[in-house]
Amino acid sequence: MRAVSVEEAVAMIPPGASVMVGGFMGVGTPERLLDEVVRQKKTDLSIISNDAATPGKGVGKLFDAALVSRLTATHIGLNPKAQQQMLAKQVAVDLIPQGTFAERIRAGGCGLGGVLTPTGVGTLVAEGKRQIEVDGKPFLLETALRAQFALVHAFLADYLGNLSYALTARNFNPVMAMAADTVIVTAEHIVPVGVIAPDHVVTPAPLVDYLITNPNG
Amino acid sequence: MDAQEIIARRVAQELQPGNLVNLGIGIPTLVANYVPPDLKVFFQSENGLIGTGPIPEQGLSHPLLTDAGGRPISALPGAATFDSAMSFGLIRGGHVDVTVLGGLQVDAHGHLANWMIPGKMVPGMGGAMDLVSGAKRVIVAMQHAAKGKSKIVKQCNLPLTSARPVNLVVTDMAVIGFPDGKATLIETASGVSVGEVLAVTEAELAIPDRVPEMQI
Repeated sequence: MRAVSVEEAVAMIPPGASVMVGGFMGVGTPERLLDEVVRQKKTDLSIISNDAATPGKGVGKLFDAALVSRLTATHIGLNPKAQQQMLAKQVAVDLIPQGTFAERIRAGGCGLGGVLTPTGVGTLVAEGKRQIEVDGKPFLLETALRAQFALVHAFLADYLGNLSYALTARNFNPVMAMAADTVIVTAEHIVPVGVIAPDHVVTPAPLVDYLITNPNG
Repeated sequence: MDAQEIIARRVAQELQPGNLVNLGIGIPTLVANYVPPDLKVFFQSENGLIGTGPIPEQGLSHPLLTDAGGRPISALPGAATFDSAMSFGLIRGGHVDVTVLGGLQVDAHGHLANWMIPGKMVPGMGGAMDLVSGAKRVIVAMQHAAKGKSKIVKQCNLPLTSARPVNLVVTDMAVIGFPDGKATLIETASGVSVGEVLAVTEAELAIPDRVPEMQI
């Protein structure tokens, strides 16, 4: 793990990159990283995020700045701008069930080719997918999802990069921290090694590539 | 009593002590208001919490503690938090005893459509498809009709949420079950006759000899 400034970290993301963003309706989202993505005008992004949050918040900021060309999400109903950009075909949106979204990312981070889920069998979600029977029950084959970058927000990060999360801000952050080539983390608090007890580490340090430093020392 | 309160009060009667329950957005959210606290029901919020408590007082909310709609909530003593993969493992894995969801249409076989109106409303399914596929019992809480049109239809013409039928539908006029896969009138709302229910129901309903009134 290397500690870097937010400017340095975002400079590594090329236009057109695939980027997972943690958070659920903007809760547990690395806002400082997204603000910097907007400032550096990273365009044509493929975003993988549970939702589009709301305008001005979380991933919503990327839609405000029209930086997204592709979105994989489970629900965008609370962001009218994302809806407009989808209907105007400025953004290609792939909407998938939330449990499937979590498992596809988990599979991507765990070296699996995909997962078999009953969710979506007999619905529009099944179109174009392989259906596989196991013990007489139908399942859909849902393939693994990975990205070039994961932008993760933790509650605590220690100097090595061990992470712990708080309350409902955990959500997709731990699975995304497993499923990207480069993992960039912001934390509410950066603490000395040992402050997070081994039993309370959720994302172990070797998974973290870059930790964003505090702006004021 | 308004329509939403009738529905929420009647659904609350379906919850058993110790149940793990997931409530959807809208009318389902109101169900929690009518569950007696001594019932010890666990409410799950699919963004990663079991033990959802009431909305905190003004000034006491925590920015990292919200429900699945992003609104501030509280956590009861004994609450547990977890990531989204585990949250949906609980849902798909059959660990959630009851889910209560809103609906756009339910058909004569119990199939639910509640996530999109093609060309009009495409918000995404969120957790709805996993909840209907995986919860042990699925209850739909919705108005019986919208703009004079029955929401209990012969066959859904909106995209289905799951191929799995729901277990119970509670509306402001009736409780409908699906024994042997056939829509059956279980109860009517207070002061509503069987004939009045049939008059606003598009799907064919089986009518047992005795159809009691809701006791709420």
